[in-house]
Amino acid sequence: MSETLKQEELVQIDYKPPGTGWMDTKPDIRKGKINWGAVQKSVEYLDLPNPRKWSPTDDDWQLPKDWKKIILEGMRERIEKFRTFQVFMDICVRCGACADKCHFFIGSGDPKNMPVLRAELLRAVYRKEFTLAGKLMGKMAGARDLTEDVLKEWFFYFFQCTECRRCSVFCPYGIDTAEITMMGRELLSLVGLEIDWITTPAANCFRTGNHLGIQPHGFQDSVDFAVDDLEDIIGIKVEAPVNKKGAEILFVVPSADYFGDPHYFGFLGYLALFHEIGLDYTFSSYASEGGNFGLFHSNQMMKRLNSKIYMEAKRLGVKWVLGGECGHMWRVINQYMDTMNGPADFLEVPKSPITGTVFENARSTKMVHITEFTADLIKNGKLKLDKSRNDQWRITFHDSCNPARAMGILEEPRYIINSVANNFFEMPENCIKEQTFCCGGGAGLGTEENMEMRLRGGLPRANAVKYVHDKHGVNVLTCMCAIDKAVLPTLIDYWVSGVQIGSVHELVGNALVIKGEKERTLDMRSDPLPGKEETEDV
Amino acid sequence: MAIFEWEEVKIDVDEDGFMEEPDQWNERVALALASTEGVAELSEEHWHLVNYLRDYYQKFGIAPMIRKLCKETGFPLKKVYELFPSGPAKGACKVAGLAKPTGCV
Repeated sequence: MSETLKQEELVQIDYKPPGTGWMDTKPDIRKGKINWGAVQKSVEYLDLPNPRKWSPTDDDWQLPKDWKKIILEGMRERIEKFRTFQVFMDICVRCGACADKCHFFIGSGDPKNMPVLRAELLRAVYRKEFTLAGKLMGKMAGARDLTEDVLKEWFFYFFQCTECRRCSVFCPYGIDTAEITMMGRELLSLVGLEIDWITTPAANCFRTGNHLGIQPHGFQDSVDFAVDDLEDIIGIKVEAPVNKKGAEILFVVPSADYFGDPHYFGFLGYLALFHEIGLDYTFSSYASEGGNFGLFHSNQMMKRLNSKIYMEAKRLGVKWVLGGECGHMWRVINQYMDTMNGPADFLEVPKSPITGTVFENARSTKMVHITEFTADLIKNGKLKLDKSRNDQWRITFHDSCNPARAMGILEEPRYIINSVANNFFEMPENCIKEQTFCCGGGAGLGTEENMEMRLRGGLPRANAVKYVHDKHGVNVLTCMCAIDKAVLPTLIDYWVSGVQIGSVHELVGNALVIKGEKERTLDMRSDPLPGKEETEDV
Repeated sequence: MAIFEWEEVKIDVDEDGFMEEPDQWNERVALALASTEGVAELSEEHWHLVNYLRDYYQKFGIAPMIRKLCKETGFPLKKVYELFPSGPAKGACKVAGLAKPTGCV
């Protein structure tokens, strides 16, 4: 679909608000700006309300008769249950600090993509139903009736937020706008307004342990394939244990790492690294997904999907858990896991068996991020690295929203990249680290049918990549999130040509000098290493 | 969400034209689906790829990873795109009657 959208048209962004008031302006619901509704089978599988065949482009969304009552009752329940929800509804002074911080607003000019106004869609109904001023004074007090049109507007805009939380960085009150979107989506789900890109992966995750629906024998098949592939590159057949009881560490990765390109090259990097340091670890064919699309659906779904990591850690009898290059998984782990499914007292405080470093920050969750682990190995001089094996790359790094903003993993990936490669260039200050711009396709929005919004929302990120590409000849954008790796190739190809997408651990795999390896001629992509082009026989 | 008809073939497809019921796949269905992908005829190479995908799907219930597909069919990714212009997932898998992959892919 990206082929049919013209760049020169997409960059004609009109920031002037429409002539009509916001309450009277209807959304432009059409392919390109929406995600398909969830398929009936997946909704039924998860035992969610109102399974049916429907499409957001239909006029009739086949809502249950008492939909309004269900939504308002759902709001009441959540206001009572979640203190944050009520505070975030009440506290906003509409100062507008967040207004121009959203990538979707920057790329579309649609005022309802200003985080303040997106949240106002929910707040206006909250005022009408739950505040005295709103009940008495209605529209004058910023209150609004909940109608079917309003509900459609919720669906449209709460699925035009990637829960990236860039706006929250700038909010003087620290309102977590992602949590407002999460509440909006929870309420929509109560009447069967779900999107397939979230609900089907969640259903798959229950059935087989991962979003893609890969069964245990399929998981084993993929791991075996990767082991063979790596052997072709390094000349050593590494061990990659699956469901090994009594291993010291459970390693959990996003399923795309062993399914998709370019994720997979980083997966080979993990295998090479663990072999070299002799790590006693295991994969689990059930906790075969780091990602948790429950975060994009509802708190209950997030909790249900998250629990299997601890369940598997217990079943396999490991000491602690290591997590791979996943994005939103880390928001779930760092901010919700311990209270939802913890405390995991049966696990030990994570301690690197190689360096002896105790990961104090993971004392409570018992789960360590792979870049913390690898950075610690490098810092302690445990790895022999040949930077020149990454000389084919001129590298920049995209901070994935959740590891950066929800976890504060800012320096570790940079430290690793600078230790394994020679040519690293930062994008401009105001769009990296905690101010990083979203890939435009997170939180379940990375679909084909949503392509126009993805390209618009990804424009600020792509623009910064273009800057370093033009200025420094950057030819690879590294990142550490599976959604990034899935959606950035299309985005970057569209706005900037000549930049690949890569993993941090792909670069680690390239540079790592492994005891007993054959003369390395290929990188993790099975492309010739710099200076080895002649000897390559592909 | 829709019914797709081509010659005598009549199948349920989703919004993106993927089969709703992959078990109803047969070679005529493959030809019908190929017509939506701008592939008028299925050559021996097309069938080599489609049959590999069907076989993998029968064993594992999903599509293989792209890397594996390339290695085991002997077709580099570029070749896959030549055969099916929308690529392995959206083109080849669709014609082989597989479901659309969802998640971080």
